[in-house]
Amino acid sequence: MDALKGFINFLAYPQWSFTLSLVGFAAIFWSKRLWSKTGGWLMLMAGTLFFGLSLLDPNFRKIVSKADNVPIVMMVFILGFFVWLSMNKAINNDRRLDSGEPTFEKSEVEDKVFTWPDLVFSEFICMVVLTVVLVVWSIALQAPLEEPANTSVAPNPSKAPWYFLGLQEMLVYFDPWMAGVVLPGLIVVGLMALPYLDTNPKGNGYYTFKERKAEILAFMFGFLVLWTELIVIGTFLRGPNWNFFGPYEFWDFNKIEPLVNVDLSELIWIKLFGYGLPGHWLPREIFGILLLGGYFFALPVLIAKRGIGKSWYEKMGPARYYIGISLMLTMMLLPLKMYCRWMFNLKYFVHIQEFFFNI
Amino acid sequence: MTDETQDRQPSAAESPQPEAVPAAQAAPVKPAAKRPAKVADEEISRRGFFSWAAVAWVGFSAAMGGCMTAFGRFMYPNVLYEPPTSFKVGIPDDYPAGVVDDRFKESNGVWVINDEGRLYALIAICTHLGCPPAWLEAQNKFKCPCHGSGYYKSGINFEGPTPRPLERARIFVDPSDGQIVVDKAQKYQWELGQWTDPSSFITLA
Repeated sequence: MDALKGFINFLAYPQWSFTLSLVGFAAIFWSKRLWSKTGGWLMLMAGTLFFGLSLLDPNFRKIVSKADNVPIVMMVFILGFFVWLSMNKAINNDRRLDSGEPTFEKSEVEDKVFTWPDLVFSEFICMVVLTVVLVVWSIALQAPLEEPANTSVAPNPSKAPWYFLGLQEMLVYFDPWMAGVVLPGLIVVGLMALPYLDTNPKGNGYYTFKERKAEILAFMFGFLVLWTELIVIGTFLRGPNWNFFGPYEFWDFNKIEPLVNVDLSELIWIKLFGYGLPGHWLPREIFGILLLGGYFFALPVLIAKRGIGKSWYEKMGPARYYIGISLMLTMMLLPLKMYCRWMFNLKYFVHIQEFFFNI
Repeated sequence: MTDETQDRQPSAAESPQPEAVPAAQAAPVKPAAKRPAKVADEEISRRGFFSWAAVAWVGFSAAMGGCMTAFGRFMYPNVLYEPPTSFKVGIPDDYPAGVVDDRFKESNGVWVINDEGRLYALIAICTHLGCPPAWLEAQNKFKCPCHGSGYYKSGINFEGPTPRPLERARIFVDPSDGQIVVDKAQKYQWELGQWTDPSSFITLA
């Protein structure tokens, strides 16, 4: 049992769990069987079984039952259910469309539904249930209040509200200017730009997956892997000193984790060339600047030249394509930077502290 | 579908008509509106009106001015629960070699450190995003609880996301009583080459 727990702790470390979730992400959207009713039940039972058995472990129980964290456990299950529900409807519709039948939404509802009773009644039920849940919740779980605030003392670990833990996890890998301003800003701007970038009229008013594969996968990758998973990591797996802890690991304040980080410039100039760092920032950071310049300016052009990128370019036109691919590449910068941190202890691609430009 | 378009057409044709009717009727109504205003003019003289208006405006301005003053005053709290930026931390002999003194971190937000013959004060604000790091004696480093930035005893950053070292505060011995004074208002940054400034450390004999 301990060996199994140790193995799961090992797998939970971000380099492995993130890789596994990438594989899992590809797998769940590859297979159609997972989104059937049987697949949904199996996933629910597997998740509940894992959670229930893990509750026997005192360290796991302590973290999961913290008043702050209970809603995140609920969120994981609820999110799983709604992803399954929409994908189940989408896969069913895809099958109907393949065989020439009308979509489920069209066959269920002829023309229109009434606000009363169809909508208002559901809303009323939701209101009653939600009120009951909130009352029970507020009685059963004490608010996690702390001592009066002191600017020179912070709880250890210091956690943001749960909905910001994805951003806090991002801050582990980036300069605050990047992870706190540019990337969140681009998330908002990118979401606002979506209706203008995505001109595919399919899926309007009905669930479908095969008609909107690229759109759904791009969004779900950002939402499930880069947002929700980072929230889950930040909530359950980050302990004292913001060190990483497996789900069954004791939160040891004196855990030593060697995290000495180096810049790309140090890797190239010192390790590769065996030469000191140049004094001026331009020659020092030239490789990082070239790398990022190539990533953001040459790569979109190359992608547009061949394969699926060419079809995107032709479908979207240059303006939409370049805006869309830039947003996409900026999003992918996060997992790329995470892997570089895990593999090479990379701190920054470009580190110009002379004028606070760090990526 | 066909029903909707048929519904829409007549209503679109009708719409200009309701607008046209009030426009035609509006003209005769206008003179009637002026009459009540004349009656009011006779009850108060022109001079009297202006003197009352002046009183009203002065009163209004005074009230607004008072409100704004009170609002501005509200920005400055009666009691500031902050320690002074400049404070005394005892005599140099209180600090044994190689020890990071944690006593003033909670009250004043600085560590006073005796390291390699120099006494310096590190400001306990992480240069990544401003959380207060903690001194971990067993690991001989400062570690930030928010994003895991780590610093050596000297304040130099070596792990986590932080882009630059901790800042040092001005430190000097007060000649009148021999006590060390730390002045957080004056900061010294490593990346600007300011740690060589003689007022950023005390050389111990």
